[in-house]
Amino acid sequence: MPGITREEVAHLARLSRLELKDEELDHFAEQLDVIIGAVARVSEVAGQDVPPTSHPLPLTNVMRADEVRPSLTPAEALAGAPASEEQRFRVPQILGED
Amino acid sequence: MSVVNLVSFEDALASYDPVMGLEVHVELGTATKMFCGCSTALGAEPNSQVCPTCLGMPGALPVVNAAAVESAVRIGLALNCEIAEWCRFARKNYFYPDMPKNFQTSQYDEPIAFDGHLDVEVDGEVFRVDIERAHMEEDTGKSSHIGGATGRIHGAEYSLLDYNRAGIPLIEIVTKPITGAGAKAPEVAKAYVAELRELIRALGVSEARMEMGQMRCDVNLSLRPIGQEKFGTRSETKNVNSLRSVERAARFEIQRHAAVLSEGGTIVQETRHFHEDEGTTTSGRVKEEAEDYRYFPEPDLVPVAPARDWVEELRASLPELPRLRRRRLQQEWGLSDKDMQSVLNAGAIEPILETVAAGAPADQARKWWMGELARRANESGTDLTAQPITPAQVARICALVAEGSLNDKLARQVIEGVLNGEGGPDEVVAARGLAVVSDDSALGTAVDEAIAANPGVADKVRSGKVAAAGALVGAVMKATRGQADAARVKELVLERLGVEG
Repeated sequence: MPGITREEVAHLARLSRLELKDEELDHFAEQLDVIIGAVARVSEVAGQDVPPTSHPLPLTNVMRADEVRPSLTPAEALAGAPASEEQRFRVPQILGED
Repeated sequence: MSVVNLVSFEDALASYDPVMGLEVHVELGTATKMFCGCSTALGAEPNSQVCPTCLGMPGALPVVNAAAVESAVRIGLALNCEIAEWCRFARKNYFYPDMPKNFQTSQYDEPIAFDGHLDVEVDGEVFRVDIERAHMEEDTGKSSHIGGATGRIHGAEYSLLDYNRAGIPLIEIVTKPITGAGAKAPEVAKAYVAELRELIRALGVSEARMEMGQMRCDVNLSLRPIGQEKFGTRSETKNVNSLRSVERAARFEIQRHAAVLSEGGTIVQETRHFHEDEGTTTSGRVKEEAEDYRYFPEPDLVPVAPARDWVEELRASLPELPRLRRRRLQQEWGLSDKDMQSVLNAGAIEPILETVAAGAPADQARKWWMGELARRANESGTDLTAQPITPAQVARICALVAEGSLNDKLARQVIEGVLNGEGGPDEVVAARGLAVVSDDSALGTAVDEAIAANPGVADKVRSGKVAAAGALVGAVMKATRGQADAARVKELVLERLGVEG
């Protein structure tokens, strides 16, 4: 059984607002399947006694005091933006008419 | 816009039982964001309170705001919740430009607080709303949609993003399904949000001003045929941003669902937008399944594990719950339910308390805030406490009335003077020459003139009709432009006419 199906890739593409052609779907499904297969080998190695690990360090409660620190200037913040307008990030149309 | 069929609220309730779930987002009043040190101050220039962390730049690492965690625990405790011994943040992945990271840092299956309740009152009846969870997350940026006819996202050509708000700490408080409220469901929803707002303010963790978006409510609502156990399909009305709207949105959705169901239709599980002006909702997007968010534990943040002794310390320092406090004050002030409700609706509890703290008796403090000051606030369409008079000044006016230097009519003129910016009560009294005339020689002349001008009335009083003396007192008050001490005037009138009071 593959790690990811073509339908799942199509679903992800829809969530990501990416338009993929049929041959792209085939191509990505195959590639992603290889990647997921490789990562899945980790669970073959880990036995029942190894719980899923979200954090490698045995730390808790790393926090900072509620003290303001300098921000970037708007110019610095927008320096890498592909487009800006009125000191804001400009992004392409999010939703269509429907 | 398509026409929405509605059935009457009464007809809807005759056949269906509403089930509600309320999700309230509260923006915490911390100085900095949830995961970085950027300021949360309102009104800053666009994108002036952003940094590599809240802009989601590669390599930037978040660190949790300790004050936000403390606020979350206190909110949880005030809602009678269990506090998690250990919990993690999670990434909620979605593709929408209001978060530059492409995910929102939230909590998923390990909320910091869970299994609580909040009691609310509707028409004097206590209704318990069970709390599912309260979890920590961050606010999103603000988008403006440009082009298109309506300024809305649909049909816009492009959008502009200001990320000052992105990353401001939010607490999301989610109720368990609220059942059994029947026809009172809309009122219970409103009462719950109102009570929660009071609680948040009492805790001092947020000003919770709904009109500023500091507190926002999503109303989930479904109907089931009366007698059926299984819940119906729900709709989720987003961002309902006033108490009145919470009630109206619930009411509207009950009527809309009932219309669809009674015609044999099915409710689509979707988000809906509430329109303040019409009190209606319209369809938004079809709700994504939870799994579409592909939640997973946030690897960049270590778990939060509130120490038990710290939690107990916070519990011990919780303020009195608003509902219990209101009940206590109502008893102390000796008010009926109706009078207490008026005080509450006018937002007068705090100013009255502060006026009492400044030395005024509670009944006098209430009289001025609920009388003259409420009337003026109402006329000018401002909040009671937004008027330029302090509780200490109101207390001073009460004191001047109590010692007999002012009567009520003069006191109203002093209030007018203070509100006009003429200075404090004593300055207004001095500048306007407002003082009760109780000096017998000055009053005596006015009393003699009044008796001379009204011989008929004077005769009635002489013959024993003491009540008739009121007309003479009135004449004296008029002659002295309200500055006379009315009680002393009455004494003088009766004395002159040889009648015992």
